[in-house]
Amino acid sequence: MDGVQASARRVIALVRKESFQIIRDPSSMIIGVAMPLLLILLFGYALSLDVKNVPVAVVLENPSPAASELAAGFRLSPYFSATIITSMVEAEELMLERKVDGIVRLRPDFARQLAAGNAAIQIVVYGGDANRARTIEAYAQGAVAEWAAHQVEGGQSVAGGPVNVVSRLWFNEANDSHYYLVPGLIVMVMTLIGAFLTTMVMAREWERGTLEALFVTPVHASEILLGKTLPYFAMGMLGLAFVILAARFLFGVPLRGSLIVLAGSSMLYLLVALGVGLLISSAVKSQLIASQLTMLVTYLPALMLSGFIFDLRSVPTAVYVIASAFPARYFVSIMQTVFLAGDIWSIILPNAAVLAAMVVVLLVSSVRATRKKIA
Amino acid sequence: MWASLSRIAALVRKELLGILKDPRSRYSFLLPPILQCLIFGYAATYDLNNVPYAVLDQDHSAASRELVGRMDGTGVFHRVANLVRAEDIANVINDKSALLVIHFGQDFERNLLLGKQADVELIADGRNSNTAAIATGYVGAIVDGFNADWQSDHGLSAPPIRVTMRSWYNPWLETRWTMIPSLIGTITLIQTMMFAAMSVAREREQGTFDQLLVTPLRPFEIMIGKALPAMLIGLVQATTILLVAELWFRIPFQGSLLTLYPGLILFVLAAVGIGLFVSSISRTMQQAMLYAFVLIMPFALLSGLTTPIANMPEVFQYFTLINPLRYAITITQRVYLEGIGIGRLLPYLWPMALIATFTLSAATWMFRNRVQ
Repeated sequence: MDGVQASARRVIALVRKESFQIIRDPSSMIIGVAMPLLLILLFGYALSLDVKNVPVAVVLENPSPAASELAAGFRLSPYFSATIITSMVEAEELMLERKVDGIVRLRPDFARQLAAGNAAIQIVVYGGDANRARTIEAYAQGAVAEWAAHQVEGGQSVAGGPVNVVSRLWFNEANDSHYYLVPGLIVMVMTLIGAFLTTMVMAREWERGTLEALFVTPVHASEILLGKTLPYFAMGMLGLAFVILAARFLFGVPLRGSLIVLAGSSMLYLLVALGVGLLISSAVKSQLIASQLTMLVTYLPALMLSGFIFDLRSVPTAVYVIASAFPARYFVSIMQTVFLAGDIWSIILPNAAVLAAMVVVLLVSSVRATRKKIA
Repeated sequence: MWASLSRIAALVRKELLGILKDPRSRYSFLLPPILQCLIFGYAATYDLNNVPYAVLDQDHSAASRELVGRMDGTGVFHRVANLVRAEDIANVINDKSALLVIHFGQDFERNLLLGKQADVELIADGRNSNTAAIATGYVGAIVDGFNADWQSDHGLSAPPIRVTMRSWYNPWLETRWTMIPSLIGTITLIQTMMFAAMSVAREREQGTFDQLLVTPLRPFEIMIGKALPAMLIGLVQATTILLVAELWFRIPFQGSLLTLYPGLILFVLAAVGIGLFVSSISRTMQQAMLYAFVLIMPFALLSGLTTPIANMPEVFQYFTLINPLRYAITITQRVYLEGIGIGRLLPYLWPMALIATFTLSAATWMFRNRVQ
């Protein structure tokens, strides 16, 4: 019993020392407080995949009532900001100057072709940004279809053809991009605080040799790790609280699952991130390399290989296997479900189990890596 | 003049030796860019090739089977379940076994044959609304094809209009073609800025910077001696990614290297300048790295890589003007895919030159005036 108390006292002393260090070093506060706020700002207000006001050139080589009506359709559409011009050469020049992202071209004999029931519209998009180009194509087609529906009065054709697709987006009916970004935002914040900060702090101790100094004290390796990580764990939870509040009150993203599942799984992920940070720093012991490595194995996978932006079902098997080795994808899956769908255990439990297994493996091996150094 | 050059050369040599003699740091400058480029080249795609979906067919008609057959025939859609009750929809969507459920009501074919509008309900998992929207778009294209065939088979007049689509510079609209040239700038920025940021901070932390200051090296010589190795690393990394893009991913390079490299050199210079400036104001490596990271994050997110700059609120658009990555991505994309000439590139070059001049002078000034 006495041993436990002494141990607790030692851990508390370490936590105190580490907390003072965090508070006095402005850079840790920047990562812990300013960074989550900056990310909330960027994700909440700056990033938007919605396509609107796309600059397009509508080429009317020979204006006719029908053609002008089509041009007006583009002009009035909220998706486009159309400039009407009269020659294709001019339009191509605008495209080369990157003043427009698309060209809608109606040939000189458009009215005659239309009367013959065989008119062609050419749409050219700037393909440099493939995703945007595809959305522009779809919207342009929509604008043309709407115009075409107007043209066929009383005819047999119906607006979009005989079969009409009525699509519904479950969990995000209004297609609000904040719904999509918030789970990713949480993963970013937790990864940064958990893995990044811990790596730097521990690598510095290794590099400066101050960790060896700690080893000669009665403090046990696991106590050192506990004392080092507790303050950062608290910081991570603070960051999480910021994001949840922002999601709820700034962005109006619903939390359809329970707060307990959200907090519990976030703690699990934070532990994984801390474990990765501890392991990397004890493995390389150099701040420069540790920082590069952390970037490579935590931050970038959390952004690119987590299923947050890119769908993992469509990547090649090798990449899928690599993505599965990183914790981010399990956490993203839980976050997306808890926020938007609810407490769906068939998703939450398997993913949480993987994270829990990762926690055990990582923490055990980082205690080992730290102890090995003493011998 | 000569003395100055030889002093700079000595410092550059020392810096390079410092990096290259440690095998771990040697690898840490070449391996990560290649790995990242390969992994992200494959992972970073909005093109879906495996969409699990389920069918709820309450019509059991030839028409509904025909449409489902068309979906199965694409190779993209994989049918994971045939549902019988509407209640089952929630099950397959909730546990993510299906991304889409396509639902035919009882009178689907009857409406079609009567010439009425026949609705197909499409339910998509909106937890990743971007993926859902892309998959929905694919179904839309399949239905369009079905409609056109149905109309011609049943003697209905097709819409009087034919739309032909063309996309310049990326004929199949592959995300990868957009992504990988952009990675040249992104990966290089992360690594060079970090490296430059750490370089002076490390000397400060280890106390060797004071020693450097008492040598005959003048502050601007120190600055050049620190900047050149970082630039060299940046250019080697950029070249490596360029080679991976061309030789591994076989994305056709339309431009000229003589146009691309001036842009890359200025970009790397600007990145190094920002890194050195960060380094000059930090006392420890940890601070340097965290400050660098606080800059890299908005640089990467506000560069046009993930979301178009035109979509951002105006305040953020102004910020992108001081973001070297914004210019680098535009330059690499436009030279790589479009093959534009240097004349059209000038509007992107001078801002980077300005950023580099400003940050490098500020860093030099800080070297001189911040001795601790």
